Amino acid sequence: MAEKVLMKGNEAIAESAIRAGCRFFFGYPITPQTELAAYMAKRMPKEGGTYLQAESEVAAINMVYGASAAGARVMTSSSSPGVSLKSEGVSYIAGADLPCLIINIERGGPGLGSIQPSQSDYWQATRALGHGDFQMVVYAPSTVQEMADLAYGAFDIADKYRTPVMILGDGMLGQMMEPVELPERRTELPDKPWATTGHGNARPKNVANSLYLVAEELERTNFERYERYEQIKATEQMAELVDCEDADIIVVAFGASSRIARTAVRYAREEGIKVGLSGPSPCGRSLWTRSPQPASMQRPTCQSR
Amino acid sequence: MAQKEEKLVYERPHSLAPVVTNYCPGCTHGIVNRLVAEVIDELGIEGDTIGVSPVGCSVMMYNFYNCDFLEAAHGRAPAVATGVKRVHPDKVVFAYQGDGDLASIGMAETVHAATRGEKITIIFINNAIYGMTGGQMAPTSLPNQVTQTSPYGRDVTTAGYPVRVCELLSSLDGVAYLERVCVDSPKNIRNAKKALKKAFQTQIDGIGYSLVEVVSTCPTNWGMTPMDAFEWMRENMLPYYPLGVYRDVVAEGYANAAEAAAARAAACPIAMAENPQLDEIHASLPSKAKVEAAQAAVPGVNAPKEGGDR
Repeated sequence: MAEKVLMKGNEAIAESAIRAGCRFFFGYPITPQTELAAYMAKRMPKEGGTYLQAESEVAAINMVYGASAAGARVMTSSSSPGVSLKSEGVSYIAGADLPCLIINIERGGPGLGSIQPSQSDYWQATRALGHGDFQMVVYAPSTVQEMADLAYGAFDIADKYRTPVMILGDGMLGQMMEPVELPERRTELPDKPWATTGHGNARPKNVANSLYLVAEELERTNFERYERYEQIKATEQMAELVDCEDADIIVVAFGASSRIARTAVRYAREEGIKVGLSGPSPCGRSLWTRSPQPASMQRPTCQSR
Repeated sequence: MAQKEEKLVYERPHSLAPVVTNYCPGCTHGIVNRLVAEVIDELGIEGDTIGVSPVGCSVMMYNFYNCDFLEAAHGRAPAVATGVKRVHPDKVVFAYQGDGDLASIGMAETVHAATRGEKITIIFINNAIYGMTGGQMAPTSLPNQVTQTSPYGRDVTTAGYPVRVCELLSSLDGVAYLERVCVDSPKNIRNAKKALKKAFQTQIDGIGYSLVEVVSTCPTNWGMTPMDAFEWMRENMLPYYPLGVYRDVVAEGYANAAEAAAARAAACPIAMAENPQLDEIHASLPSKAKVEAAQAAVPGVNAPKEGGDR
């Protein structure tokens, strides 16, 4: 039986990532993801891993790029304004088909915004950060348990599809404590024959790169990448509907606010109003570009009010 | 009749791929690319070397070498190299950057990789101009130097002064070896190669961060013939960027950058304090067995050294 402990969401993500085999963390201080980096700073040296406080968010994500290309399970964490700074690096990581985990413990925007919890980065996350022609897998947990589970599984999805994966949490989920069952430690990690590890005079050279000066070559890589995205949409999306079968109104929500929505839907049902809850979280948990819920779940007959 | 024995005196280094580069005729990138390849060959480290190319004229370097390579975003090569080196501390990681990449958009990454004492090697091409984008003012463009974006000459009252990278980095404690060289003559080319080899050796020996700055030319964007460009470089750049060794902790009598840093901080109680917790972590980590155990978790790292086809 797995152990159950009381943890903050930020800490649960960190511990779960370590158990998933992540041994490299590069970050920069920002509220409200603070506990995550602090946890990593404490744990990584004892796990034989690396915690490195980078000179900037920009440097941190580029360290992630290097470590990922070198074959490691690697992550970074930040909050909204810091994630904006990481945009460039995430674009290069996607372009070079590298796996990694990016945590966004959202706060309010725009600009310096606030340090209060927010879901303000939905569009940025689901349309993918940075410039042009890529998408990324985005998970939106609504409980500390989901944070732990999704961080653990995110590394597998990232490795399988060679794509950056984001967990889109918020300051409330990151800082609140809930009981959480932590996953078992990974003992085996996937092989990465594409990694730039030094060829050891034993294989052709490997290159991590996103530059294609011949337009047709770039187009081919982008088509190939979008085929992978379609495969992810078809096979990896997680979703569930609550009370939607007979619903006249469906509330769509994710993250911490979906917990409020869930309660509101229950009260409405008690009053006889036919309301359902949809969206990626807590019912579903995965966000994907252009549609907050899978196409198969969409109900064109629903009328918005 | 006696057969004359063939004696090969010059050939392409193995680590240099047989491809056409994108460099302009007369540009010094070609010379320095070759020197780096010669050093990799002579040290026998092609299979253990991972290069990082920048954004700039050498952006396509990953095509020019036979070792593993990463293409970094503009200015981020030291951060990318840091990521690779932390995963593979026993491998040789180098980045090759121009002046705009290293000293302008990537200055933070440059300074911090150096002060962290990352055991990486940076090759810095300083030709005082942005080459690939067509000749704009660089952080190392000289006062009064005419470029596309300083058409009346670099105006120091508005554009400020050039950055002297070796001098700047020499104040940082993580740095083990800094030398500024040029490649305008056979003698200087030989000296540059010596410096490059020493920089790689500094990394291999775990002494600390190393950087070689190569004062270079850009005949195309300077609007000169290659020989005139060398003359201009000697007349104008070398007085501003004097050649020489700017840091060599071993020559200063220290075993490595850490020892030199401790000597500098000798009067600072906290810097010199015993730290049993860190000692314990260090003792548990850098042993070879531990490194190998960590790398076992990174598939592909322990690939066989010999016998493969590439």
